Amino acid sequence: MKWTYFHRMASPKWFYDFSGKILPWVGVLALVLVAGGLTWGLLFTQPDYLQGNSYRIIFLHVPSASLAMTVYVGLAVAASIGFIWKIKLADMAVSCLAPIGASFCALALVTGAIWGKPTWGTWWVWDARLTSMLILLFLYFGLIALREAFDSRETASRACAILAMVGVVNIPIIKYSVEWWNTLHQGSTIRITEESTMAMEMLIPLLMSIAGFYLFCLFVFLLRIRAEILSREQRTKWVRHLLGANS
Amino acid sequence: MSLSAGLGVILKRDLQLAFRNRGDLINPLVFFLLVASLFPLGVGPSSDVLLIMGGGVVWVSALLANLLAMDSLFRSDYEDGSLEQLMLSPTPLWMVAMTKVLAHWLVTGLPITLLAPVIAVMFGLPSQALPAVVMTLLLGTPMLSLIGAIGAGLTVGLRKGGILLSLLTLPLYIPVLILGTGAIDAAVNELPWHAHLMWQGVLVVLGVTFAPLAIGASLRVSVSG
Amino acid sequence: MSQNPGLSVSELTCERDERCLFRSLAFSLNSGEILQITGPNGSGKTTLMRVVAGLSLDFTGEVFWRGQPVADVRPEFHAALLYMGHLLGVKSTMTAEENLRWAMGLHRNDLSREEIWSALEKVKLAGFEDIPCYQLSAGQNRRVALARLFLARQPLWILDEPFTAIDKQGVAELEQLLVDHAKSGGMVMMTTHHEMSLNYDGFHQLVLGGGV
Repeated sequence: MKWTYFHRMASPKWFYDFSGKILPWVGVLALVLVAGGLTWGLLFTQPDYLQGNSYRIIFLHVPSASLAMTVYVGLAVAASIGFIWKIKLADMAVSCLAPIGASFCALALVTGAIWGKPTWGTWWVWDARLTSMLILLFLYFGLIALREAFDSRETASRACAILAMVGVVNIPIIKYSVEWWNTLHQGSTIRITEESTMAMEMLIPLLMSIAGFYLFCLFVFLLRIRAEILSREQRTKWVRHLLGANS
Repeated sequence: MSLSAGLGVILKRDLQLAFRNRGDLINPLVFFLLVASLFPLGVGPSSDVLLIMGGGVVWVSALLANLLAMDSLFRSDYEDGSLEQLMLSPTPLWMVAMTKVLAHWLVTGLPITLLAPVIAVMFGLPSQALPAVVMTLLLGTPMLSLIGAIGAGLTVGLRKGGILLSLLTLPLYIPVLILGTGAIDAAVNELPWHAHLMWQGVLVVLGVTFAPLAIGASLRVSVSG
Repeated sequence: MSQNPGLSVSELTCERDERCLFRSLAFSLNSGEILQITGPNGSGKTTLMRVVAGLSLDFTGEVFWRGQPVADVRPEFHAALLYMGHLLGVKSTMTAEENLRWAMGLHRNDLSREEIWSALEKVKLAGFEDIPCYQLSAGQNRRVALARLFLARQPLWILDEPFTAIDKQGVAELEQLLVDHAKSGGMVMMTTHHEMSLNYDGFHQLVLGGGV
């Protein structure tokens, strides 16, 4: 029972149809949550007693940083599924996720730098989180560059799957070593998020914004993978039929 | 046919080849010295600055020299078909990969490790830091070779593999670099550095366990490509 | 067909970047047989050889060695396989003798110098044993690789275009060697553009169509 379900989900056609059905809902929900969370967070919360108004960037920074990480893990899971069971859809997911993850990673870095200017008085500090994020961006660049380098799509997807799996094993090691390096070389600095004391009125819009960003990411992912499915399956009957019916 | 005999054949030939192409043997070492001597020229010869930088410079230069040598690990075997013969030998591919990395380390990582104290002295590192320099590189360079070999395996089928190889590999080198320089810093400041070394040992155990499988898989992909 | 064939493949399909080279291929190769794969250029002969040897990953279907999937018995299969592809696996900075010692050393470790020299003599490279291979011609390099056939104890030979750059008399001798190998219980799977003039019962041909 479960296996047939699994295989049905792995079929590009089934996934195309299914994603087409949920796509509008995901989009609307993402829009509502992001708009709501950001409006509430940016306009209707109290300034922080320590950081003033500059802390408000967490409503952008935290969701993007969290997504940058999550997307890499998701990408590595998809890569291992594609590599072990040779499921095409999983590889399409890997190729779609890399640029999305890289964008969120870049967004997290830029918002971190913008926050750093009023807080530390400089655009860039070698803070543990920002440094880890920078290394994560390099890992994304590596994946994207490796895929571009191969002529054959099959070879590219296998190579990227191996790199993604190696990368995801290394991420915790990199993260901990960077944190350790940071404590070794500089004293404690103001963190962009103070874990302990976050007022309820900040937390709720932040959670809304995080949920909204995740749904937005899902929305973009579905858009991209649907395009990828059509491009890779363009010779199959169902895609020809679909395109013929639409034109 | 015993496994060790097959591995011995592979090790022996790779060492023989390395000693026949002496340039490949010497060039990474010269590169190592050259990169390290660029730093004083770039930041000035003040001994305070050089002392602070010393450990990092030794490690970054060793890392770059290792990376430079990595591209040649599988390339000629891939181009002349020896790699196909290796993959079709009865010895498991991960063991073949291990042996090739070992041979490569013996002619690149090990000489770099032995040369490193010279650079450390040129940067004015105190004598109590020299054991840390050698020990961290002795544990660290095999790790660099293992990680680099994954990248080399992935890019060996590409005509312009070199720059891509560094893009893939350098981020993964970072933990090894941090632990290595951390230990040297501690030794310079007369603090204990055994803990760093033990963490490096942990990394080596992890690397020896998992990297050969990844190297084997990446070679399969490249040869199939 | 015997109960337990040496090599067999079933439902072998090779599709690469939306191009189908062959589909649902099935054949078997038993002890004492020589199988020639023929077909026009681009019909997937080399790919088929690489798939069977286990070098190419772009396929679906199954390859069996002595009745078991190759993936389950890879070390045994490799121990029984001698593969020669377009790339020879001959290192240019090493001598003919060293090259042979290495290539055969991966499979057997009881190789004497006399054996290597006599194999090199059989491929007409007597006197070239100690010459680095970059000083040899393309044909001579190929013969260094072919000398492996005289030293091999592997029963299954997969040879992709072994006759390239070999003169007429050499081809005849090589054909005889293949027949001798088959007669003594071996198996050969090969491609060639040569007209094979084999008077041998165990000789079969498999024709690949140009892109089914």
